[in-house]
Amino acid sequence: MHPITTVHYLVLSAALLAIGTIGVLTRRNIVIVLMSIELILNAVNINLVAFSRHFQSVEGQVFAIFVITVAVAEAAVGLGILIALFRNRETLQADEIELLKW
Amino acid sequence: MWIDTLFFYFFALLTLGGGILTVTRKNAVHSAISLIISLVGVAGLFLLQHAEFLFAVQIVLYVGGIMVLFLYVIMLVNLDEAARVRQFNKQWWLALGCVLAIGGEIVYVIHRGAANFRFAAPGAMAASKLGNTEQIGESLFSTYLLPFELASVLLLAAVVGSVMMAKKKVN
Repeated sequence: MHPITTVHYLVLSAALLAIGTIGVLTRRNIVIVLMSIELILNAVNINLVAFSRHFQSVEGQVFAIFVITVAVAEAAVGLGILIALFRNRETLQADEIELLKW
Repeated sequence: MWIDTLFFYFFALLTLGGGILTVTRKNAVHSAISLIISLVGVAGLFLLQHAEFLFAVQIVLYVGGIMVLFLYVIMLVNLDEAARVRQFNKQWWLALGCVLAIGGEIVYVIHRGAANFRFAAPGAMAASKLGNTEQIGESLFSTYLLPFELASVLLLAAVVGSVMMAKKKVN
């Protein structure tokens, strides 16, 4: 078996990014769209940690911590908005929320 | 060395399988459980790359924090009805375009083989006796002190914002 290189991690990260993109673009349920965004941010983290290992430098992991911070803030605010939305509109389907559309 | 390879493929399977299930399941609770599996897989990948601190953060923060938040919200909003309606919208062509671009890159990489890619040479690592957590802490509190403090402002804004969004109107 071949040893695992950085390229393996990059391919895995790209695949996870693709899965998350499919989820964000095609699902109607907003909760699952938010979960897909978490998948995308995790793909970014895999990439950062892989390069941190490759260059033997800890900076990539520090950036991954900042990415996780932003992901937490995004999930908290997103879910807060979602609760407010459900209280007002009684729906969670992304394409039924079209007040600003024309 | 082969045990590393074995673990890599195991965790990759966990990550990608969990991700696919997250995106395709009808029931939001099933999606959340699949996302937990995927996040545990990512944590295992961090451990394989000797990022022990990030491994712990991933388990404690993502699996223990964010996913519990998700499950709470799923409990609060009524999703029984949402599971019965159509699950996918009509943007499949857009998603197909994005995925074809990324898939093309993956096929190109696999076709050329992992050994044929050269990155910049790794910088000379000062042979540090510190562990992973100490290194991250030192970097975070010296070089990246300002972003670290700004992150706390961001988290404060997120706390205030989410409470404001989710609270009931009183008058």
